[in-house]
Amino acid sequence: MKYLRSALTGKCCLAGVGLSLLIPLGTLAADADYTLVIRDHRFQPAELTVPAEKKIKLTIENRDVTPEEFESHALNREKVIAGKSTATIFIGPLEPGRYPFVGEFNEKTALGVIVAQ
Amino acid sequence: MFGTAIIVFREVLEAAILIGIVAAATRSIPGRNRWLFAGLLAGLSGAGLVAAFTDVIGSLSSGIGQELFNAMVLGVAVLMLAWHNIWMSSHGAELSANAREAGNAIRDGRRECSILLVVVGLAVLREGAETVLFLYGIAASDGAAASTMLLGGATGVILGVGVGYAIYAGLLRVPLRWFFSATGLLVLLLAAGMASQTARFLIQADLLPSLAAPLWDTSAALPENSIPGMLLHSLIGYDARPAGMQIVFYATVLISIAVSMKLANRKNSQQQGIA
Repeated sequence: MKYLRSALTGKCCLAGVGLSLLIPLGTLAADADYTLVIRDHRFQPAELTVPAEKKIKLTIENRDVTPEEFESHALNREKVIAGKSTATIFIGPLEPGRYPFVGEFNEKTALGVIVAQ
Repeated sequence: MFGTAIIVFREVLEAAILIGIVAAATRSIPGRNRWLFAGLLAGLSGAGLVAAFTDVIGSLSSGIGQELFNAMVLGVAVLMLAWHNIWMSSHGAELSANAREAGNAIRDGRRECSILLVVVGLAVLREGAETVLFLYGIAASDGAAASTMLLGGATGVILGVGVGYAIYAGLLRVPLRWFFSATGLLVLLLAAGMASQTARFLIQADLLPSLAAPLWDTSAALPENSIPGMLLHSLIGYDARPAGMQIVFYATVLISIAVSMKLANRKNSQQQGIA
């Protein structure tokens, strides 16, 4: 409804309607893919928004030379990622909410949260 | 330093608890210490190897190599612990009655010891590899802080081993009458907990459906990163937010080992009745 109303108010919002129709179609076909990058013992982005009630394929790219362990009690996941390498983790389907995670080997700086909505 | 100690403690704890329980459970088997030590050494060298080849293992099977590896190590450990418990149900009585005269039991005891070696080796391998990687990361990143951090690591190892030893010493104080039931029950719960972890890795790799995730959430009442949560996780496989599939694995392993133990025990007492 929100998109419909705004679409009526201006041309530029027509593109928005198109996108809002396309995105669900695109993501229904396969698992949704998301990427986190580790650099200088920090996650980028530190907050990642993903769709709720959907299985997510999370790719984590460690650009540091040191290994890191992705750990989340909220998501019930843990995985070691060697230095200069990439790992894949499947999460979800998630209830809407906030799911914090850490890089266990650098807990002070490597903090992040996955927001399912 | 304190943070390092906690992390290393967490990694070491699981292996230390397993070794404590298994060492107590096999106390009447001759030559047990040698096998235990061999298992520990094999595990440590394996941990170094796994740590060095983390990137290779991780990239196998299009990125789910690590999950497969962990699930396999855990799966083998579950089988070994099951075998140990079933064997103990049929020979435990002989061993405790008179270890020297129970010829058959001792011959089987050697096979039992090789099981012990594998179980201890695998536990040290899995938990040790993560500790090695963590300490390597510290040593590689900041030179000045490295020595205090490594001191923290050593503290963590000592604390973890301390808990394992406390469990071992505590179990040895259990009166012989209940000793085999007590260690049998602990090994049974260890195996079930490992089965649940196996399922978790297979779900993480998208090889198994989670069924319901999470089936329940007790993280507010008993968080998994609290000390009691950590102990219960290592002892009975406590998980604050388990997937339904983990519970299926847990229950299946728990029930099938328990039933096999009952059957082995009954068969053994029948045979003794005839003789």
